Amino acid sequence: MFFLIFKRILLGLITLFIVSLITFVGTEILPGDACTTYLEREAYGAALEACYKRLGLDIPAYERYLSWAYNVIQGDFGYSLSGQMPINEVLGPRIKNSMVLASAAIIIGIPMALILGIITALWRDKLPDIIISTLAIFSMTIPEFISATLLILIVAIWLEWLPGIVIVPTDVTFFELLPNIILPVIAIAMIMTAHMARMVRSSVIQVMASDYVQMAILKGVPYWKMVFKHVLPNALLPAINVVALTIAWLLGGVVVTEVVFNYPGLGRLVIESISNRDLPVVQALAIILASIYVSINLIADVMTLMLNPRLKTLQIRK
Amino acid sequence: MENRKENPKNILSKVLEVLSTMASKPSGLIGLSILFFHITLAITSPWFVPYDYKAIDPTLMLQAPSSEYWFGTDSLGRDVFTRTLLGGRIALTVTFFGSLIALLWGGLLGIFCGLVGGKIDDIVMRIVDAFLSIPWILAMLLIVSLLGTSIEVLIPALGFFYGKGIVRVARAATHDVIAKDFIASAKARGHSNMSIIWNEILPNVRDAILVEGAMRWSWMLLGFSSLSFLGFGVSPPTPDWGLMISNARGLMSFAWWSVISPIVGLSSLIIGINLTADAFAKALGIDRSTKAPV
Amino acid sequence: MANYIQTVKNLSIGFKSQKGKEISILRNITTNIKKGETVGIVGESGSGKSTLALAMMGYVKHGLYTMSGECLFNSSNLLNMTNRDLEKIRGRKIAMIPQNAGQSLTPNLKIGYQIEEALKLHTNLNKEERESKISDLLNKVRLPSPDIMALRYPHELSGGQQQRVAVAMALAGNPELLLLDEPTTGLDVTTQAHVLELLKDIAKDTGTSMVYVSHDLGAIAQVCDRVIVMYAGEIVLEGPVRKILKEPIHPYTHGLLNSIPKLSLSGLPDSMPGSQPQPGHAGEGCSFYDRCNISVEKCKDSAPKLEYISEIDTSVRCFNHQELKINKKKNSFSNNINKKNIKINEILNLNDVSITYAKQSFLDQIFNKITDSNPTVKDINININKGETIALVGESGSGKSTILKSIAGLLKNKDGSIKFNQDKVLSSDLRNRSSDDLRSIQLIFQNPDESLNPNHTVEQILSQPLKLYFDFKGEELKKNIIQLLKKVRLGEFYMGRYPRQLSGGEKQRVAVARAFAAKPDIILCDEVTSALDVSVQAAVLDLLNNLKEDLGTTYIFVSHDLAVVKAISDRVAVLYQGRLCEIGPSKNVYQFPSHPYTEVLLGAVLDPDPDIKPKLIAEDIVEEKPPENGCCFQGRCPRILGDKCRNEVPPWQIGENGNSIRCHISIKDLKSQQF
Repeated sequence: MFFLIFKRILLGLITLFIVSLITFVGTEILPGDACTTYLEREAYGAALEACYKRLGLDIPAYERYLSWAYNVIQGDFGYSLSGQMPINEVLGPRIKNSMVLASAAIIIGIPMALILGIITALWRDKLPDIIISTLAIFSMTIPEFISATLLILIVAIWLEWLPGIVIVPTDVTFFELLPNIILPVIAIAMIMTAHMARMVRSSVIQVMASDYVQMAILKGVPYWKMVFKHVLPNALLPAINVVALTIAWLLGGVVVTEVVFNYPGLGRLVIESISNRDLPVVQALAIILASIYVSINLIADVMTLMLNPRLKTLQIRK
Repeated sequence: MENRKENPKNILSKVLEVLSTMASKPSGLIGLSILFFHITLAITSPWFVPYDYKAIDPTLMLQAPSSEYWFGTDSLGRDVFTRTLLGGRIALTVTFFGSLIALLWGGLLGIFCGLVGGKIDDIVMRIVDAFLSIPWILAMLLIVSLLGTSIEVLIPALGFFYGKGIVRVARAATHDVIAKDFIASAKARGHSNMSIIWNEILPNVRDAILVEGAMRWSWMLLGFSSLSFLGFGVSPPTPDWGLMISNARGLMSFAWWSVISPIVGLSSLIIGINLTADAFAKALGIDRSTKAPV
Repeated sequence: MANYIQTVKNLSIGFKSQKGKEISILRNITTNIKKGETVGIVGESGSGKSTLALAMMGYVKHGLYTMSGECLFNSSNLLNMTNRDLEKIRGRKIAMIPQNAGQSLTPNLKIGYQIEEALKLHTNLNKEERESKISDLLNKVRLPSPDIMALRYPHELSGGQQQRVAVAMALAGNPELLLLDEPTTGLDVTTQAHVLELLKDIAKDTGTSMVYVSHDLGAIAQVCDRVIVMYAGEIVLEGPVRKILKEPIHPYTHGLLNSIPKLSLSGLPDSMPGSQPQPGHAGEGCSFYDRCNISVEKCKDSAPKLEYISEIDTSVRCFNHQELKINKKKNSFSNNINKKNIKINEILNLNDVSITYAKQSFLDQIFNKITDSNPTVKDINININKGETIALVGESGSGKSTILKSIAGLLKNKDGSIKFNQDKVLSSDLRNRSSDDLRSIQLIFQNPDESLNPNHTVEQILSQPLKLYFDFKGEELKKNIIQLLKKVRLGEFYMGRYPRQLSGGEKQRVAVARAFAAKPDIILCDEVTSALDVSVQAAVLDLLNNLKEDLGTTYIFVSHDLAVVKAISDRVAVLYQGRLCEIGPSKNVYQFPSHPYTEVLLGAVLDPDPDIKPKLIAEDIVEEKPPENGCCFQGRCPRILGDKCRNEVPPWQIGENGNSIRCHISIKDLKSQQF
């Protein structure tokens, strides 16, 4: 099994390597480089050359990639063009803020999704299922920026319960941040919960229809014991990977939600750095977001491996 | 066993059969009607909108809904009703053609990978995985900010980024079909590879890929309107729901009507496409609820 | 009343169709199970037998509902009991042994836990007592080293072991009634015979009543005292096992029995026309009317009632049962196969063929060599003559299908050669075979659901070989397709149908037609009847035999069912673990089995006759890999000599009856050791 986990980690690293290549080549082949976009109209003659020299753009691309990659491995993303400061300093607080937002959404979303998914599956085609499933379709199809906008309109503007727009500096403390994150968390958790609940539902229904659950019933196992011992472990195992993919996919949604709420996280940094043509920051963001994606999937894979008795004994038998 | 009287021989009757199956359930019927309504609206709206969508009139700024301006006016004095009616045209066009492109390249590459297997398959899937792990929004924003927001850029870019999920589905479906005995049977008869792909494999992966394409359509619409909401989609003064929501958002504490109508327009279209895609999948006997939206 | 353990009264179970129509799966079932007796419920797929068994536990599947009637257990109706009350009965009073235990054991829980769970629920034992009881139970079902077994997960056991665990689990609560739903379907013949033996012993030891549901009359004959025959959701015949299986007085049962190939009878079984009506499609009259050969006018419009005939303690649902003529003690089927003397005219020659599934390592790939000293299939030498039917038999893992695939070119052979028409060596790579060679050898698969493209109509399916090999177009193509359909006794209107619109038997006919479309010299049949119901199987066998007689085709027929093989084959090759054990004219192999494995196999075959008992002479251990050295059967051989068998590959010896065997013991000595 350790070999399998090791293999997954290796594959993840290969993926990250390809991502770094793609982003580097991508920013390289697109028209304009950091200097022309940054200097805009003044991008000619001495100023351009000075800029090239300063950013080291005068050396061949592969050498730049190697030295950039070398620095990234050591945790140094280089300098931001617009902010004129080390990217690590720009990223630090942003990552923290986004993590707070995302973890809150995940902490609320996953248990909610499990409960709703299980309820809808166990009461399949009955009233609770019909109501929750219909709501789920709405909340997962409507884009985050619409639900976020509606939340602001209703909760912040009409009811005046919570602040609508986050107006705090980037480096606020956790407790100052707390009231501000309630609405963004709801906006993200809503769509995530809906997606995951639907998957949990169909997975549970599938297992409920299996021969071994019928057998457990015929053995006289009480209903809830049957659900917890025989159904859920088998239904949730395949759901882990899908949940991971959903979380990873929602990284994009986090960006939009952060913009709607003016939240000082990575998402807003994405928009800012792209608007400012700050390519080093964009590259750093691509690597970081891709690493998050890869690690979420890795964790899911390892969890599946550890929990699946079939894979657990694979090594023993062979 | 149901005994249908005659087999549907041509494509048209097959399409009609699928459509009628879709419409036989309320959710499918609702989805189809919404979608039909939006498509009709997008095609015909330029002929009957009451006002010019780009006519700016400072004297008419932020008027509340009235008999003259049914949904009120926006911050530049433009009629919100007119702009709402027109606001889905670009989104529908871009995402429709974008999905076609996604379907085409994703489907072809997926089938190819499924067929060749082995090392080539491994390498291609690694690269697709790598593309998957870059958040689509980052990549899209980068492309759009460097290449501009014209339709010629948006359609292929969206088509590319939403096609990578189809690769996986097409590949998995191809793998499933290849293991079936009827492929072994055709091989043993000595049919050429092309004929096996064309006659035996394609008809059996087609449904899965089409369903995936329909799903991509609704997600692409979501992505596209997010882009225009962020200001990286279509450029003003073109009416577009995402852009309209973004513009009216700051003023919604006193002019909520200008944000509600594009929200209704966009939400109903996305729900319509989604319900249709769901019904489509069910009509073809494919369960889509167990798949992650990647 | 007191000696009935379960009473089923007027039970109807069904579902609502999409259009809101009520469709019944069980119709007015009334029967009793006596204390201590074993009752068999027999029927083909779709007859409602499993639904009835589940109802006896108060369980109705999702989507179905009870339309009327009751299942009384200790005079309380299981079908309107609360779940809480049912939990106290299920597993404790009534227990189920399911079909396919592999899927009925929860995959994430250890065997020991799953048995302990039943003990916890239904007994008052404490922890230590429970643990020793688990060992007892696993011992009772004859599983080796029970303590280790208890720590295993279900997927780590073989099919036979899983089935035994399911039996142990059912016995945990000391039930008064055991329901067995096809408990041996899907197991190898020897394993099946052992599991049945075990069940019989348990019934004897514990005095538990049993309800044994199966489509296999052979298994029913071994274990049951009384038999209920079901057809289209109704009981059509019920009575003591000997009366039912030896002198059936219902035309369906009579036909069913005649359609089963038997070791004791030679020739092809008789087939029954038509197929069982789908739920909701049975007409006003008798549900067997269309297929019945003694039906009268009245049967069409009015349904017969179940009528009890006290002299023979039998209930029958037929107006005309007195008309049914029962041929006393047949010696052969009426439909005797015409076994001509086949001339020695070799059409296919397998010469030292070895096939391996082992993956090459990277280095071996570079040097392009295959280094598997112990391949899946090894040293196969068979000559096949024109016009004969040669059967390859063996249990799962015997490599019989692998050999077939290799002949078809779907698998490359590692060593050896396959020669066609005496001197033409067939390339192991399909691409290098000429179009005419490809045409000459056609393949029919086990499961027509998998082998027919679901997106093609019958016309498209049949036109493929016709276009490919003969370049037929337009009218000519159509004419040929109609001709083919006629050959397999299907009407012209089938052309427009999709496979999903056909019944199992019709699908397999289309697959047969597709193979014959190529006008082949050899047809490879891979378990072609295993997925079919017995009455349909008989019809397909009959069809294959007629086509062969008309066209002189050679069949290579792979099957695990020894009775089917006996009915259709001229020559038999017995395989174990990918090695040939015995080969010879089928008449002789069946009459005088020489190789110990052949003897073991034949001994385990169940005849649908309660008076013929199987002979179990070897254990049913499952071996995952053939042994590296010596005889392939050394692990299970009841006559093993010792080191000689373990180290030396036995030589071929030819017996006087024309069968050759591979064994260290001489044929004469083997004969004298047999019973």
